[in-house]
Amino acid sequence: MSENPEILGLAPPLLELRGISKTFPGVRALQDVRLKANAGRVHALMGENGAGKSTLMKILSGAYMPDAGAQILIDGQRVNIDGPIAAKNLGVSVIYQELSLAPNLSVAENIFMGRPMRRNGMVDRAGMTAACEGTLQRLGADFGPTTVVSTLSIAQRQLVEIARAVQFDCRILVMDEPTTPLSTHETDRLFVLIKRLRDEGLAILYISHRMDEIDELADEVTVLRDGSYVGTLDRAELTRDKLVKMMVGRDLSGFYRKEGVGHRTGETALSVSDMGDGRRVHGCSFELHAGEVLGLAGLVGAGRTELARLIFGADERATGNVRLNGAGTELDIRKPADAMRNGILYLTEDRKGQGLFLDLSVRDNINVMVCPRDARAGGVMDGGRALQRAKDAIKQLSIRVASPRVNVGSLSGGNQQKVLIARLLELGPRVLILDEPTRGVDIGAKSEIYRLIDELARRGVAVLVISSELAEVVGICDRVLVMREGRLVGEVGGESGRAMTQENIVALATGAAAEAETAAALH
Amino acid sequence: MSHPNPTVQTTSLAAAALAPRPTAKEMIRTLGMLPVLILLCIGFSLASENFFSLQNLSIMTQQASINIVLATGMTFVILTAGIDLSVGSILAASAVVAMLVSKIPEFGMLGIVGGMACGLLFGLINGVLIAFVKLPAFIVTLGSLTAVRGIARLLANDATVFNPELPFAFIGNAEVLGVPWLVIIAFAVVAFSWFILRRTVLGLNIYSVGGNPEAARLAGIKVWAVLLFVYATSGLLAGLGGVMASARLYAANGLQLGASYELDAIAAVILGGTSFVGGTGSILGTLIGALIIAVLTNGLILTGVSDIWQYIVKGLVIIGAVALDRYRRKDSART
Repeated sequence: MSENPEILGLAPPLLELRGISKTFPGVRALQDVRLKANAGRVHALMGENGAGKSTLMKILSGAYMPDAGAQILIDGQRVNIDGPIAAKNLGVSVIYQELSLAPNLSVAENIFMGRPMRRNGMVDRAGMTAACEGTLQRLGADFGPTTVVSTLSIAQRQLVEIARAVQFDCRILVMDEPTTPLSTHETDRLFVLIKRLRDEGLAILYISHRMDEIDELADEVTVLRDGSYVGTLDRAELTRDKLVKMMVGRDLSGFYRKEGVGHRTGETALSVSDMGDGRRVHGCSFELHAGEVLGLAGLVGAGRTELARLIFGADERATGNVRLNGAGTELDIRKPADAMRNGILYLTEDRKGQGLFLDLSVRDNINVMVCPRDARAGGVMDGGRALQRAKDAIKQLSIRVASPRVNVGSLSGGNQQKVLIARLLELGPRVLILDEPTRGVDIGAKSEIYRLIDELARRGVAVLVISSELAEVVGICDRVLVMREGRLVGEVGGESGRAMTQENIVALATGAAAEAETAAALH
Repeated sequence: MSHPNPTVQTTSLAAAALAPRPTAKEMIRTLGMLPVLILLCIGFSLASENFFSLQNLSIMTQQASINIVLATGMTFVILTAGIDLSVGSILAASAVVAMLVSKIPEFGMLGIVGGMACGLLFGLINGVLIAFVKLPAFIVTLGSLTAVRGIARLLANDATVFNPELPFAFIGNAEVLGVPWLVIIAFAVVAFSWFILRRTVLGLNIYSVGGNPEAARLAGIKVWAVLLFVYATSGLLAGLGGVMASARLYAANGLQLGASYELDAIAAVILGGTSFVGGTGSILGTLIGALIIAVLTNGLILTGVSDIWQYIVKGLVIIGAVALDRYRRKDSART
């Protein structure tokens, strides 16, 4: 060791990361990230969607290997986390948002999964039960070790995961937005537990988007942006304004359509009122005008996609209705075909999972929605027309493909996305809902998609763009609605009185604005 | 296929779009097992001089015809990532119904309609349970495999139904210009199915539902209608198979007829390159797959291979084909 902690009077941090980079084919997910987490402290990790938090966490858990040159130090010693087992042996436990429990097994069996206690070569259930009984009690669990996990609530399952970490002498506990699925009451109990573990000397790495949680828990905060390290703030110097600025950072104007040339907004094309599914979306009402590009921003999990799917009829709604042309009659949208018939179209965020038919050709993918309209008697396809449509779309959207007969699965992300958009355009949309239209798309295709959105709006199409990329939202939208926890919480740009800035969107999305306004009202 | 330099692509775009040509890999994909079929034919004709005689070819295609019809229905089903285990039992029940109806004086020809209607009915029941009640296809058709076998025996009073004066016996025994009716029917079914799959909206919808059911739903495709259609078609074609089998035998028997035919049909589809996970495959591939099975069975008999070894060889060929399917999927460019 180069430094001598005894002379300096400082112990090395429990966990230190230096120069962590991670490159995936074509994408640099992390670049030179550093971080120090100390025993008995809660270290919060913040950043926009896609800032690299999850990648960093997966490196800690051994799911990914960092690029060469990265250094991970525990107690000042270089360590190599080359797999989940190595991570566990080093005392690093990660609790993901999707819990990794086997619901059919008991709590004890889950805690000891992969390393069961044995006696005489057989699984020692009694031993495991006894061993984790104490741990569960210490963590304040209201269930026993023999309870089957499928009967537990989400909060209780989370506790099982924490117990699993504690049982095997975890020293560094990483938690990825653990409160997302919890109620307020459950969140309070979790915070009490986190503080207790902190006081027992664990280093806790806490990933969250929510300002009030950071206020409550964090001893220090590290901010990532676009995979890079932005800075670390100590609790004393922590303010919401500073955090928001650090998370948003850069400016990318000019890349989008020309600033200041807003679209002329026509009459109301679509009005949505009180839309909700009773679970993740509640009472959303808004109007979308012809010729307008309306953004829908919010954190991952805020309910944006869910809202779009309700409007499109992809999921069953519990409340609310959709009308065309403002005062028009209420549409009875029960399935996607109903929305399509009314000119409301939806581009899915999950291009490969829910959009494309990867085994089919570009031609078939483009024509699959429009071909019943083109078909001759008896449902016989008009092959010539389908081919012509595909060729025209390839030309208009400059899709780079050798022939319309090529399988769409072999195209790049950007070209696949253009095929999917072309499929919708063939139907002549009145209302176009684009969910993350540029996700996983290279920079060139991105700007082409922006140009296309602009062009569609100018032709009078009402466009709703859901995007997690704030610079994009600010760059291409005329105004932006912000969602938080299933509700529309505010509007930015347009006539809302809030300037169209990333800071204003983040403030609304994280709940910082609501608190500021409440505070202002009190004074 | 990777993504070549975009500038190169753009310049060659116009020319390429004018003359679209399937790539070599696509050819291999569609041809699939044809080389295997040809090799088997060559091998058996060297081993047995009777193999390529006109008479043997006629026998072989007749033997293959019922499996071709069943496998065609099975292709529709497997393209949607489903399975129909009940076709053998439906064939038996339909054959019994066809025989019973054929005994009605004056209206004996209605046996054809009766048999096919019986198959369609059972296919629709399968389809309703799978498309609307949303039960897994494997379980539903495993259930009907057993239940319909029982119904077949019930209908026949657990005996063999004979009709030596069968009005539609020509189907099983006559020829047109030297081509047996059985073979004509089988090829007509293949041609018609090819048309549906390749030239109609319904066909595209079948591929779409099989490739990505969620995307199909979001594209406004009636997924339930597609599922109902494929299981109904499989049942209808099993009914047709029942008519063909009974016409050949002048008899139908609920207990034995069609037993384990579903396995040969599934084997033909898989040999033909249709993927078990749905979305890829073709009728022509299935035809080749069914012919491979027929050639294999016939050739092994001609060359005097014992019954026991026939089973073993056929089984190994099927496993080898599925291994090939896996290899092919891994090979196909998916990002």
